[in-house]
Amino acid sequence: MQPGRLRLIAGVLSLAAMAVPAHAATITIVMENLVVSPAEATAKAGDTIEWVNKDVVAHTATAKNGDFDVMIPPKKTVTYVLKKAGTVDYYCRFHPNMKAMLKIDSEASP
Amino acid sequence: MFAQLGAAIAAVVLLSSPALAESKLTDPQIAHIAYTAGNIDIAAAKQALTKASNKDVKAFAEDMVRDHEAVNKQALDLVKKLNVTPEDNDTSKALSKQAADKLAELGKLKGAAFDKAYIANEVAYHKTVDSALETKLIPSASNAELKGLLQTGLKIFQGHEQHAEHVAAELK
Ligand SMILES: [Cu+2]
Repeated sequence: MQPGRLRLIAGVLSLAAMAVPAHAATITIVMENLVVSPAEATAKAGDTIEWVNKDVVAHTATAKNGDFDVMIPPKKTVTYVLKKAGTVDYYCRFHPNMKAMLKIDSEASP
Repeated sequence: MFAQLGAAIAAVVLLSSPALAESKLTDPQIAHIAYTAGNIDIAAAKQALTKASNKDVKAFAEDMVRDHEAVNKQALDLVKKLNVTPEDNDTSKALSKQAADKLAELGKLKGAAFDKAYIANEVAYHKTVDSALETKLIPSASNAELKGLLQTGLKIFQGHEQHAEHVAAELK
């Protein structure tokens, strides 16, 4: 591909980026066979976490610091909007051997 | 003390009973043992729901009923699909007998004494079942799907063991 064409694409992409206000992302985290993946995820305050439970038993995503306590029923998906920045360790109250971590950055400045 | 004794008996039953001493358990026997082990914990939890006073102990018992019923339902669905008929065996019988004795023993206790004894037994019982799964049932299972179910079951039960340990620590 020619450099000029690449620049054009880059230009279109940056235009698109400017046209759409930096909006919140959705991050999917899967719980399957009692394994949380990814075990470490990075997000921003205002982003949505979508926990997908593929198991036949209910799990929770419970923040050690008390920031959130979300219950995810068997074979269900539950979403939660992150409110605060910080590094949060969370676990399942029913199966405390399930552990994971969220690194939440502050909301993107415009 | 009683819980420890009970666990010791359960460990002996699970790890050295005639059926397990044989070179290999069959899948129908393994399915029966796993299902029986789940039912025992459901019965213990149902007793706890009528007798426990501490709210964390009650919540734990509710979790046990819900999880073990879900896992046992999955096990039943699998044996149906595989056309396997669970087969009663000496290990299942010994487990059931020991569990009946435990229910009777706990049935005599009340209040905080019951709560403590129930949770202590849950820690011990899950430990015993986990070690039986790890060392006997999973290695002996021939069918891959049965093995997979037991492996997930092991992780669930290990979670219960840790959960029970947390509750036990709060009761002290
Ligand atoms: Cu869980």
